[in-house]
Amino acid sequence: MTTFALINVTLLGILLATALAIARMRALYEATMLAALLSLVTATLFVLLDAVDVAFTEAAVGVGISTVLLLGVLALTRSWEAVTSQRRRLPGLLVVVLAGGALVYASQDLPAFGAADSPVQLHPVTDAYLYESQDEVGIPNTVTAVLASYRALDTLGELVVVFTAGLAVLSVLGPLARPEQTRPGADFHLADYRVIRVITRLLLPFILVFALYVLFHGEYGPGGGFQAGVIFATGAVLYGLVFGLDRAQQVIPSWALWLFICLGLLLYLGLGVATMLLGGSFLDYDVLSPGHPETGQHLGILLVEMAIGTTVSAVMAMIFFSFASRGASR
Amino acid sequence: MNPVELLSGVLLGAGALFVVSGGVGLLRFPDFYTRNHAVGVTDSIGAGLILVGLLLQPISWQTAVRLLIILLFMTLTSPTAAHILAHAARRDGVPVWHEGYRRR
Repeated sequence: MTTFALINVTLLGILLATALAIARMRALYEATMLAALLSLVTATLFVLLDAVDVAFTEAAVGVGISTVLLLGVLALTRSWEAVTSQRRRLPGLLVVVLAGGALVYASQDLPAFGAADSPVQLHPVTDAYLYESQDEVGIPNTVTAVLASYRALDTLGELVVVFTAGLAVLSVLGPLARPEQTRPGADFHLADYRVIRVITRLLLPFILVFALYVLFHGEYGPGGGFQAGVIFATGAVLYGLVFGLDRAQQVIPSWALWLFICLGLLLYLGLGVATMLLGGSFLDYDVLSPGHPETGQHLGILLVEMAIGTTVSAVMAMIFFSFASRGASR
Repeated sequence: MNPVELLSGVLLGAGALFVVSGGVGLLRFPDFYTRNHAVGVTDSIGAGLILVGLLLQPISWQTAVRLLIILLFMTLTSPTAAHILAHAARRDGVPVWHEGYRRR
């Protein structure tokens, strides 16, 4: 127990030190790298709390794709934060102190760590999810059962958020805003370095296969559509970074990405409509396979994860490609 | 203590030593290239020795396969990252430290 506490305190200390360093830092590339470290430490803390699915998402999104997207943004703007005058810092400090104080005050009402009488432990739905899901849904990973079956409507909402956010970013900053502008050809490619070219070629198949593994293994272990989509997009981003945007656009043309962005969401919605047409309620997978509700649940969860993975990976790849193909305007 | 356990302990200790020395090097070395070298040592040989040491622990074969995959991945990526960092720094004209220069 003391070792556990020691590891926790050390990780929280690193977290605090990193956050302070980011706040004090004005070089934005360095701050981006430290933000990735922050996500990595957070993911480690989630693993210690036995929340492997959340840790996986944090590692894939926080460390992987958001770092790359931030670097892509920094390539378009200045990489050095302007000095804020002393007078203008005061309102910021006030907001931070008030918000932080409110959070600390609110945390007094939280149940103690691991308390057995917290609402989460006492509510009957916990038992239902943990035990009855084995009979009703029949997959070992309860998190996936809750995410893709019991709360499938919430997950649909999340996917709509990803879809809408992607569209908003692309229409404000991406090709929808200024389609004619393209970046002048770079004077060198990373692919000119033999080491990085060979290693990329070697690793890419494994990255893509791993993404598929995460997608289809989400019922049995940590993983699922969101993580798989992000890992798949990371593969596409790596290809684009090393071999140049033109070749990446030849492999995955823009129209295909647009198609996939819509296709994923439509698959999810269509599945809901299909279950309604088959006589069930919206996203009730039992009716997909009459007489064998478990088979129907498996099929439904698999389709939903595929839908999530398609939209998420296409949105992420599209955002990166459209950022990277913009000319820098300072 | 049987020989395998002993070997595993020695490898784990050596790996930890390399990781610590990499950290010390990162803080103490005078210029970018030497610091990059120190970090590379942490990732490649330090983590590598720790992984081999863990392989010799009494673990199931499924865990062993996972450790081997991680080992393979680290062996491929970490030297590549160190190489490309040094390459980029050289391209950017980051100066190399010589005896008598001050730390930068």
